[in-house]
Amino acid sequence: MAKHKTPLLDQLETGPWPSFVSDIKRQAEFRAKNKDKIEYQIPVDVCEDLLGILELSFKHGRTHWKHGGIVGVFGYGGGVIGRYCDQPEMFPGVAHFHTMRVNQPGGKFYTTEYLKTLCDLWDFRGSGITNMHGSTGDIILLGTTTPQLEEIFFELTHKYNQDLGGSGSNLRTPSDCVGEARCEWSCYDTQALCFNLTNEYQDELHRPAFPYKFKFKFDGCPNCCVASIARADISFIGTWKDNIRVDHEAVAAYVGGELAPNGGAHAGRDWGPFDIMKEVVNLCPTECMAYKDGKLLINNRECTRCMHCIAVMPRALRIGNDRGLSILVGAKAPILDGAQMSTMLVPFIKVEEPYDEIKEVIEKIWDWWMEEGKNRERLGELMKRQGFQRLLEATGLDPDPRMVQEPRTNPYIFWKADEVEGGFDRDVNEYRKHHQR
Amino acid sequence: MAFVSSGYNPKKPMENRITDIGPRHYEEFYPPVIKKNKGKWLYHEILEPGVLVHVAESGDEVYTVRCGGARLMSVEHIREICEIADKHCGGYMRFTTRNNIEFMVDSKEKVEPLKKDLLSRKQPGGCYKFPVGGTGAGVTNIVHTQGWIHCHTPATDASGPVKATMDVLFDDFTSMRLPAQVRVSLACCLNMCGAVHCSDIAILGYHRKPPMLDHEYLDKMCEIPLAIAACPTAAIKPAKVELANGTKVNSVAVNEPRCMFCGNCYTMCPAMPLADDVGDGIVIMAGGKVSNRISAPKFSKVVVAFFPNEAPRWPQTTECIKKMIETYAADARKYERLGEWAERIGWERFFEKCELEFTHHLIDDFRDPAYFTWRQTTQFKF
Repeated sequence: MAKHKTPLLDQLETGPWPSFVSDIKRQAEFRAKNKDKIEYQIPVDVCEDLLGILELSFKHGRTHWKHGGIVGVFGYGGGVIGRYCDQPEMFPGVAHFHTMRVNQPGGKFYTTEYLKTLCDLWDFRGSGITNMHGSTGDIILLGTTTPQLEEIFFELTHKYNQDLGGSGSNLRTPSDCVGEARCEWSCYDTQALCFNLTNEYQDELHRPAFPYKFKFKFDGCPNCCVASIARADISFIGTWKDNIRVDHEAVAAYVGGELAPNGGAHAGRDWGPFDIMKEVVNLCPTECMAYKDGKLLINNRECTRCMHCIAVMPRALRIGNDRGLSILVGAKAPILDGAQMSTMLVPFIKVEEPYDEIKEVIEKIWDWWMEEGKNRERLGELMKRQGFQRLLEATGLDPDPRMVQEPRTNPYIFWKADEVEGGFDRDVNEYRKHHQR
Repeated sequence: MAFVSSGYNPKKPMENRITDIGPRHYEEFYPPVIKKNKGKWLYHEILEPGVLVHVAESGDEVYTVRCGGARLMSVEHIREICEIADKHCGGYMRFTTRNNIEFMVDSKEKVEPLKKDLLSRKQPGGCYKFPVGGTGAGVTNIVHTQGWIHCHTPATDASGPVKATMDVLFDDFTSMRLPAQVRVSLACCLNMCGAVHCSDIAILGYHRKPPMLDHEYLDKMCEIPLAIAACPTAAIKPAKVELANGTKVNSVAVNEPRCMFCGNCYTMCPAMPLADDVGDGIVIMAGGKVSNRISAPKFSKVVVAFFPNEAPRWPQTTECIKKMIETYAADARKYERLGEWAERIGWERFFEKCELEFTHHLIDDFRDPAYFTWRQTTQFKF
């Protein structure tokens, strides 16, 4: 028998898509039965109270969670989000309901052995409810009490060799796409770079010392499956410099209809026979392709590596061999001054261990942002406020037309004294010798 | 329930403390076929909705069965995922960025039994536990935020509208009939913990009433200068207020016409709550993308200024999304993303075809970038 009646939530237990309501009820029942006689460290009825308070929100059209308050583990300033409900008498099981962010493994690959131990921990010391995964990428353990925080951290670090992720004004947990692990389009090892930088910058991740949050995301190619270009302060996006590799026999097989275009992604509708001119050559944004006498020609120097032709004919076209990544900076969601995409800063950089060149760029950006950034000002906003030129000065990079969409349309150039012959110090009396007042 | 110590000694927090160790190394978690062929994949194909094969230079193949999942997930559900992965996949699995679950096997014969097993598992109300799909030119899982399950500033729920929307879009999760992929995302307030601002379709929670002021408690609960500084439109100023009992307190005043309802003040100051049953609701945005394929990444644009929060199933929201997807499916060209289609036909045509009302709320008036969204040409369609 359920502790609280949930007539509104119950209506989300039908339909084909997995129901989170049924799932929470399942966990509630599991805890109530407790057939393994677990010595639950937080209230047994936490899931029932979670459903109860959510039902109340469905009824009121308003959340019933309050602000965090300062909770955390000793020596870290992030990784734990405090949460309390505003109806603790009605729902004592979720009076404290803190979140812990656990730094996910690269590519979100798991062994069941590891996942099961995490389940056992979260059953024992938490609500048994998780997010797999949070928006930033962490494993989110949703709902525990203050006294459990250090215990969970101790177990994570001692038993599971596992650290927390970031929260607050620090380096947020970096995340990556599936990359070379299972994708032929990945131009660098996203997992290796993500892992290396995550470990290099543990101090920045755990101890907030930044003006605001800072995100790294690693996309292996311009398809941007982890949306780095839309949401990372530094977006690491794989690319290549040389020629797209062409298998002309496979091109012929696509043209002949033996291979399904786009890896079969359009199989659900009859789009008619594959037309290489219409579907590939004429959709190329740079018009750098031609199909003549049964042969696909690519003027690689004009290609901007948009991935369309490669995506349409994955068995015929492959990314080049001279690979690296582009560094784009400053993306963020709309708060406060409107959404921003990342802007091209380093068009091409090799990805080679120990990644010193990449780290040099990162650290120079941080030095500038920590010096000049205002409280709660993201990197992209600082760039807008002070101008792209300041970012160039801070990083010591040379200006490049690849950094802009187009040159400025106003001539209001802030010339500096040292850029103008003779500087700004002039003698007005000398001037007056030739120009009367 | 008795307290069980992990070994942590609260009197000596630094004793045996382990910190700064980072995540587990990814290689510990690679299935053998992934470990062996990493960086040496030749090509991939989608064999049917939800089933991919990746072929390596070595000739090895990995078959992936992709399932949808509610990202809000119990450990009992994860244990079930583990049971499936143990039975079919040698004890390995992965999640995708969009909260899908991927089961990988190393030969084609193993695909059908795995798929059958996954689709046989249902929840008591008949919902699939592991619906197979989310590939190619279809709708994949919705990325979303916490909503009423765990957040203090949401203007809508997250898991509820996502469940309702995915039920309505389910056929496009399990098929690939659309012109291109459609990425739907939800953020429960405009802080946008997820990247919904670059989605084909974004569902966004939005407050429409300025904060209420809990004058009696404001100065006790908050740092007034922080609340003032938090406002992006400088709508908050300090104020002396006389309470009903005659006491004078330090508080703030809000210039209501300047409020953009972002809730930043509430994040800094709990005595300024915004949430409201009729004020809060949903904004629908459309036409964004993150991929650089053919055209540059795009922001999503606001196409519906407001739908009310209609718990538990948000029918106006889901009907609007369904209508947009059907219109796009019928009208767009192969490979054309929703935003590319809207730009080709023109936004005036988009509103006409999707039967959406164009109101003044949809014309940007927020700072400099607004000008660049107005039309400075004589070219338009009747």
